[in-house]
This record gives sequence, structure tokens and C-alpha cells, in this order.
Amino acid sequence: MNEEKFKFRSRMRALTDSSVTALSILATVLVVAPLVAIFVYLVYKGASSLNLDFFTQIPKPVGEAGGGMANAIWGSALLLALASIIGVPVGIGGGIFLAEYGRGTKLANAVRFTADVLNGVPSIVMGVAVYALIVKPHIPFLPFTGHFSGFSGGVALGIMMIPTVCRTTEEMLLMVPHAVREAALGLGVPNWRSVLSITVKTASPGIITGCMLAFARVAGETAPLIFTALGNSFWSSNLNQPIAALPLQIYVYALSPYDDWHRLAWAGALVLIVLIVLAVSLVRYVTSRGVLKGAS
Amino acid sequence: MGVGIEVTNLNAWYGTNHTLQDINLNIPANHATALIGPSGCGKSTFVRCLNRMHETNPIARVTGTVRIGDLDIYVDAKPVEIRRRVGMVFQRPNPFPTMSIYDNVASGLKLNGYSNRRGLDEIVEKSLKNSALWDEVKDDLRKKSGASLSGGQQQRLCIARALAVDPEVLLMDEPASALDPVSTSKIEDLIFQLKSQYTIVIVTHNMQQAARVAEKTGFFLNGRMVEFDSTHKIFTNPSDKRTEDYITGRFG
Amino acid sequence: MTVHVPDIRISRPQVQPERPIPDAQKLAGESTSDVSAVRKFLLSRGNSSIADAVFHWLMVLCGLSIFAIVALIAFELVLRSQLSWQKFGLSFFYQAFTDRETHLPMFWDPVNEHFSALPFVYGTLVSSFLALLISVPLAIGLAIFLTEMCPLALRGPLAFLTELLAAIPSVIYGLWAVFVLVPLLRAHINPFLIHGFGWTGLFNDENPTGLGFLAAGVILAIMILPIISSLTREVMTAVPHSQREAVLALGATRWEMIRMGVLRNARIGIVGGIILGLGRALGETMAVAMVIGNTPEIHRSLLSNGSTMSAVIANEYAEAVSDMHFSALTEIGLALFIITIIVNALAQLLIWMVTRGTPSQVH
Repeated sequence: MNEEKFKFRSRMRALTDSSVTALSILATVLVVAPLVAIFVYLVYKGASSLNLDFFTQIPKPVGEAGGGMANAIWGSALLLALASIIGVPVGIGGGIFLAEYGRGTKLANAVRFTADVLNGVPSIVMGVAVYALIVKPHIPFLPFTGHFSGFSGGVALGIMMIPTVCRTTEEMLLMVPHAVREAALGLGVPNWRSVLSITVKTASPGIITGCMLAFARVAGETAPLIFTALGNSFWSSNLNQPIAALPLQIYVYALSPYDDWHRLAWAGALVLIVLIVLAVSLVRYVTSRGVLKGAS
Repeated sequence: MGVGIEVTNLNAWYGTNHTLQDINLNIPANHATALIGPSGCGKSTFVRCLNRMHETNPIARVTGTVRIGDLDIYVDAKPVEIRRRVGMVFQRPNPFPTMSIYDNVASGLKLNGYSNRRGLDEIVEKSLKNSALWDEVKDDLRKKSGASLSGGQQQRLCIARALAVDPEVLLMDEPASALDPVSTSKIEDLIFQLKSQYTIVIVTHNMQQAARVAEKTGFFLNGRMVEFDSTHKIFTNPSDKRTEDYITGRFG
Repeated sequence: MTVHVPDIRISRPQVQPERPIPDAQKLAGESTSDVSAVRKFLLSRGNSSIADAVFHWLMVLCGLSIFAIVALIAFELVLRSQLSWQKFGLSFFYQAFTDRETHLPMFWDPVNEHFSALPFVYGTLVSSFLALLISVPLAIGLAIFLTEMCPLALRGPLAFLTELLAAIPSVIYGLWAVFVLVPLLRAHINPFLIHGFGWTGLFNDENPTGLGFLAAGVILAIMILPIISSLTREVMTAVPHSQREAVLALGATRWEMIRMGVLRNARIGIVGGIILGLGRALGETMAVAMVIGNTPEIHRSLLSNGSTMSAVIANEYAEAVSDMHFSALTEIGLALFIITIIVNALAQLLIWMVTRGTPSQVH
């Protein structure tokens, strides 16, 4: 073989290797730098706009300075509470079904696949469906129907939580060692009691973090609320009416022409980000310590 | 007091694998009976048929009769009820990781609805004393979790947990195989003390252990029970050549 | 001469002579009344077969709720889009009307009830593929760096950062895009593109606002990057080390090892990750709605305003008045639903093929 050709080839290969290394590092920098920039800018703009008024006051009328997003924070809290009431029990139940009762069956595989696919459906489609189901039709004996309401928004968010909670619960339950289940069965504990008090309880740190993740995800959702909860400039605790929500308010204010509202939007974004960073960090902390404390 | 176990024509399958073939034997009450045999011979499957744990596997199947006392366990009662009367200690200690020592021992009762606090205290103390663990843990009952004990202690905890529901039969599937020699001898002493109160069936890989602890021994091979007789006879003058080959170490 | 093989007897285990059963052993707390009390209690508990059955079926119901949700969404979408479906049929997605005054093609006119989804389909496709174009090389480069080249100390923080970025809500990305990205494009990047690449016809200077397809494509790229990167990392880490070692042992450089030993094995999963990113980009609503300009028109220039399927629903649904308008919007929603289901199902299938259905954690 031609020695010259070999040397050239080797040099080209080495060059390619170095180029790829350089490109990968460049890609990393190109990705990380703007993302860090987003965070820093967010914190900077948000922090300078954040004050006590933000948490205690409702928005002032157009043109007046000041005001806050207290009603939006409270509205979000109510919506998320309703969403959790709907999403968490059904989601955990689904996870228990997948891990304990249906393991290996075709039905469970179909449910799992459908849940994963459902997780990818755009949230605005959920909003449209809930609108068509609850907001549009006026059913006389169901008081929440026929108009925009916090209730419909909460339902939309709750339905979005179900597939996420279901899958994370299943994953956590599968991590419980089989020996623990056997010990419970061997004592003559009824199956339902064993599943709840032993298996679920052992996996509970992981299940709770899964719920937190789903919670953080729907906390930032805007699209399904645009035509269900609609938003509200005033203080309201009534889920049978339109209600304000933090991400919704951020959206409206960001697109408005008023600087003051822009300021509020940044502050709201910071609050939302802090909540989400806390949730993700907590999840990482719990799962890194091991889902099963002390289990062998 | 313990009860005797009468097994007639027991056959067990895992899917298409015919794991146990035509087992017949009578396990005497208030004695310790050892089951020995090479790996995969079916002795674990056999004891799991005695408390209906075998059928927790969806592809498992059983035919034949097992009478514990006067109860045909596959006909006269549901698995849950059987398992309250036939306790089991597993090969690897498996205390409940989220529970304290106290709650572990009391779990069989609490999870079945027993709520008398003082009664529970007494039962927990008695069970821990019976499994020779009381002195080591009596100050930390509610503070320490079950999983924070050493291997040998964990296994004694599992024994205490099994004893707390006052079973008539105690099944032990290689209870000391994962333990060090000191813990092993402690557990063997335990079995010695317990067999006057319960009927004990112990599966073991360790022939010396069977010899030390049990009055009767059964030798399993390839899913069949080859010989079942007093321990003394099995180890000094076995009737079947295969038994003799096993105990002299020719195979297994 | 015969060899006599002696009958080998391996020493027998020591057998203890039968010990007498110690009946005088006083077991702690021996009291027959206690003993039978526990037994009596447990015997009275019954077999709880009813509770077991009820609980079982409750859990099955929860599992079936997933199917119910999908069915409900599909049902409502199909039902409420019947009006426009019956009027326009399939041409809803590609027809063009003509504006009476300007004689230019016109697509979306709620006043005169002329509805065509073509500009929105166009906008969705253009912005999504632009996002893929930008993000896929960067995501894979990031994944390669994190998996094969990154010093261990940096790996954790970078992975954590990626996870955080995947969790940021769309509206916050949109906020940042409106106040930072769009001005940046308007002031610096768009003029550069017009000047340097205007000859391609993809960049013209008719829209000086900085909004448009490019803005949407860039912010979408930033949003789907963490997904593609995480999945690529996951499938790359799943490739067994033996594959890497085999290639290295042949004298390959590091890149060659990555290319032949890792990427080749992981390529199905990477494609799955890309498709998953595409699925997310197709359905992304808020950030896109805030920067794409919301104009139901089709233009070749990437710098011109447009709209997407999800953006038009977000903008007009709350204020739509006529039934036909509602129906048209719902039909767009139905199309979005079907497309994202197909794309996501495909992605899940590919990923399942690589990881065999077992979920794995990437740290």
C-alpha cells in the first residue's frame, strides 16, 4: 500500500476527529449560552419588576401604574387544585392497574401506549375538546355548563395530568422489589391491602415526585385555558365563572402595548419559573437519593 | 400447637414445565421436617404449594390434594385465609422497608384489621422474644426501620413477623442461605425451640443443617420425592441409591 | 492388567443422634389464651374477595380512562367540525379563494365564511421543519458531547440544565421571544440574511417587524432541542460498551468510534427522538402564536408573517361567533389531533424498538 496515501488518510481521519470534537463543543456552547442567557435575562427583568404589590394586588385599570397579579396567582392555585383532584387519583389508579393488575397483558400494553401518545397531544386540542364538551353546550341540570368557567379550565388541566401521572406511577411501582410484595402476600394480607399499604406506600416518594412533575407541567399551560377559564381582571374564587390564571395573564400582558403590563408579565414569568425550577430540582433530589429509602 | 400436613398426588406446573410430579408425603405435627435436594429439584416449588404462593405466578398450575390439619387447602378455603395459618420465611430477608421494627412485626395483624394497641404491644414483644431478637432491638422498636438491621437480624425479624400471626405451620425456604455462620446457628437454635409449638418445614441446601435441626427429612430429585424418612435413617442408611449418592456428594 | 477403581466414599456429614424434643422449654409469654385470641381474630376476618374484586375493577376503570379521554376528544372534535366538513370536504385543506378587490388569493375570511386551512398547514409545516433544521444538528452535537466527550463533573449540571429547559412553559419562551429574539432578528439578523441570501427568494424585506416564520422556527428550535437531545443521549447510553470497544480495538479515532460504534446502533432511536421533537413542534401553540405574526397568508419569504394551525385556534376560538367559523376552527383542531397522534405513535414505536419498552433514566 502506498505509504503516502496511508499518511494522508491518517491525517484526514485525525483532522475529521478534531473537527467533530470542535463542532460538538461548538454545538454545546451554541445551545447552552443562549439558554443561560434566557434564564439570566428572565431573572433580571423579573426581579426588577417584582415587589410586594405583585402578590397582593389585582391589576389596575388600563393606563394606571402599579397593580399586581394576586388574582392570577390565586386563580391558578384554584385551577391546579381542581386539576389535581381529577388527575392524581385517576392517574395513580391507572398506574396501579398497569403495574399490579395488568402487567404483561395486551390491555395494559395498549393503555401504556395510548397514555404515551396522549402525552404528545397539543394542549390546545384538549382545550377545544373541553370547550366543546362543557363550555359550549348548555345542559340544564349541570350548573357548570354553557359558559366559560374555571371549572372547565380545571377539567382540561386535570385530564392533561392523567397520562403523565399514570406512567410515572407505573415506573415507580415497577421498582418495588418483588420480595416485598411476596412478604405481604405470605402474611395473608388481602391483595388490595397489600397493593395500597405496602407496594404503593413503598413507592410513594417516587409517586409523589411524579405528581409534582405533572403539576409543574400543567401549572405553566396556557393554551387550554384561553377558551375555558378565559381569564379575569378581578378577584374571584368562583369556579363557575371565568377565572384568572398566571400563565394566561402573562400571555395577555406580553401582547399588550403597555409597558407597565410588560413589567408585570416579566414578574409573573419569574414566579412561574421559580415554581418550576423548585419542582424539577426537588424531583431530581428525591430520585437521586433512591426512590426506595432503605429497600435492599 | 401445630398440625400435620398430608400431601396426596401433588403435581405442579410452571407453564408447560412439569415441576413437581406425584408427590405424596405426611409431614408430622410439631416436628421440624427438612427437604433437601440439588438446585432446581422442586423443593421450593413444593413448599410454595403448601401456602398457595405458587399460584401467584400467572402461568402456575397445581393438581392434587394438600390437607393441613383437617383443611383441604385448595378446596375448603381461599389463599388469603390459608396464608394466615401457614407462615413463610423467605430465602432473602424481606422486611418492609418503610416500616419500623415494631410495625414490621405487627404488620400481619395491623394489615388484617387488628387495632387493639395493648394487645399488639404484647404480641410484638412475644414474637420478638420467640425469635431471639428482643434483647437487641427492644429500645429501638419504633425508631429504627426494619431495613436498617443486619442480615441475620432482618431474617429473625421476618421470623418474628411470621410468628406474630400465630400460624400453625411455619415454612422456611432456605432461611439461612444468605446469612453468615453465626446468624445461621442462631436461626437453627430458634427452629429447635419453635418446633414444639409449630410444625416447621425447612428447605435447605445444607445437609448438615438438616441433620442438626430436623427429625424427618425428604429428598427431592427432578421434581419427584425420592425418599422421606427419619433424618437419622436418611443420613446413615438411606434406602435409595440416589439418596446415598446425593448425601455423599457424588452430585449436587 | 485391569485397574481396580476403588469405590470412593466421600466422608458423610456428621449426624447428631436424635435430640429429645425439649418440652420443658418455656417460651416467652406462653399463654394459650393469647395465642388463640389472635388465631380467632384472624379466622374471623374472612377472605375479602369482595374488597379485592372492587379494588381490582376500580383500578381497571382508571386504566380505561385513558381510552375514554382519547375517545372523548376524538368524538367532540369530529362532532363539532361536521358543519365545515360537510360544506368544504377535503378541499378545506388546500382550496384558495380570490379576494374580490385585490384579485389575490385569499384563504381565511370569517366574515364571508370562506375558510381554507392551507395557510395554517403551510405555516405549521414551515415553522416545524425550520425548527428541526436548526435544532437537530445542535441537539445531536450536544448529545455527543455530553455522552462521549464531557468531563464527568460537567455532565450533571449540563444535564440538569437541559432538563430545566424542557420544563419551561411555552408562554415564557414566547415572552422572551417577543422582547429579545424578535428585536434581535429585526435589528441584526434579518438585514444580514436579506443582504447575503436574498437571492434565494427566502428572505425579502417586505416585513420589517422581525416577526414571522423565522422567528417562530428559531423559538421552536430552542423548545424542541432538549427533547431531541435527551432522547439521543438515552439511546446512545443504551449502546453497550462492547460495541465501542470493538470499534476502538480496530484502530478507530474517537469520531469514527462514535459514528460506527454508537450512532449506527442508536440511529433508530435518534430518528424516533427527532420525530418526537417534530410532534412537539407541530402542536406548539403559545410561543409560536406570539411571534409568527398571525396573518393567514402564504409567502415564500421566511421573514414574512404567517400563522399555524394551533396559533389560529388560540387567537380566534374565544371570539368566534358564527357556527361555521367554530366548525372550521374545530376541523383544524381535528387535523392537528390526528397528525400529532400519528407522529407521536410513530416516534413511540421507534423508541420502543430501541429500548424495548423499558423506561430508562438519563442522569
